[in-house]
Amino acid sequence: MRRIGFILLFLAPQVVWAAVAMPGTNPLAYPGASWSPYLVGAGIGVLSWLTFAFSDKPVGASSSYAALAGMIGKAIAPKHTASLQYYQKNPPKIGWEVAFVGAAILGAFISAYSGGEITNQWLHPMWVSRFGDSIALRGAVAVLGGALMAFGSRLADGCTSGHGISGTLQLNPGSWITVISMFVGGIATAYLMYRI
Amino acid sequence: MATDTNAETPQQESPKTKNLLLAVFFGLVFGFLLQKGGAAKYNVLIGILLLEDFTVVKLMLSAIVVGMLGVFTLVALGKAKLSLKPTKIGANIIGGLIFGAGFALLAYCPGTGAAALGQGNWDAIFGIIGLMAGSYIYAELSGTLERTVKKWGDYGKITLSDVIPVPRAALVPIVAMILVSVLVVLQKYTGPR
Repeated sequence: MRRIGFILLFLAPQVVWAAVAMPGTNPLAYPGASWSPYLVGAGIGVLSWLTFAFSDKPVGASSSYAALAGMIGKAIAPKHTASLQYYQKNPPKIGWEVAFVGAAILGAFISAYSGGEITNQWLHPMWVSRFGDSIALRGAVAVLGGALMAFGSRLADGCTSGHGISGTLQLNPGSWITVISMFVGGIATAYLMYRI
Repeated sequence: MATDTNAETPQQESPKTKNLLLAVFFGLVFGFLLQKGGAAKYNVLIGILLLEDFTVVKLMLSAIVVGMLGVFTLVALGKAKLSLKPTKIGANIIGGLIFGAGFALLAYCPGTGAAALGQGNWDAIFGIIGLMAGSYIYAELSGTLERTVKKWGDYGKITLSDVIPVPRAALVPIVAMILVSVLVVLQKYTGPR
């Protein structure tokens, strides 16, 4: 481990921190992509041609969670849910986005299973080495993180898929502004969590 | 899966069902690719936010370059049309920053969260509960936010060629070359990832 850190020190200044920090919080100490990220990225680019050509849809993920939440809301408080402006504009239903994201879970399972990468774990060791092994703490932080992300997605009208890939590739200025803001907020928060 | 359903109902298949089956196929490919690209892994996603693992940026920029060249070609040939979200600078910046904070806390974004769950990262379940809760909280406030934040710097559905007076046919290859240059520099000056 120390030798890898030593080599990295000479390869790139960006990883100096990784080399001197505890190995437990060094993201490079854990497995990365199993295929070239350039190949995978190109594949997702080609996938977006197909979704545009055959479904008239850009790749997107966040709105599916809003649809599911709306369906639960409709079951519990139908009148109230129907009164909310967002759900008047976007009636909650199992549509293209929900099917897409649901299938993505299965697609990732097929990929991980075929590649021998099923993790079957509640806590990643990088998290554990910084925040301990409480599933309750991880759960609370993850629920908060998910909630903030969904709120931000709906405010910005898209997530790292809808803005970060589909919007940027259409040269939408709002998508570039959004994705840069996402990384600014994300980098600041990740540094507070892991490097301060 | 798609072929089974087709075999059962060869003729009566509605356009809606066909559309959902396409969504399932595209989603399978998306999840598969995200997992192979390492984008379902906690350390890879936190790694980009710590600026120590650039896998995700390499993946995203490659997707943008390839996607952009193909989609604009399809649009020029009349085989597809753009699907633009309106540029609303206030909502884009504030929403993006809030998203970013949540992204670091969870480490999975809405798409990669699905992929993380698929590969057996059970903490993604908490994230999905949060994503649904946050969506509903947004919906609660959507009336007010539409009247306020979403009106700040609203430019409607535009593309870069509406901002920079360069025709798309020139702008697309220029942006592609800039992004490829960024990738070349990243590959040269970052570590193994």
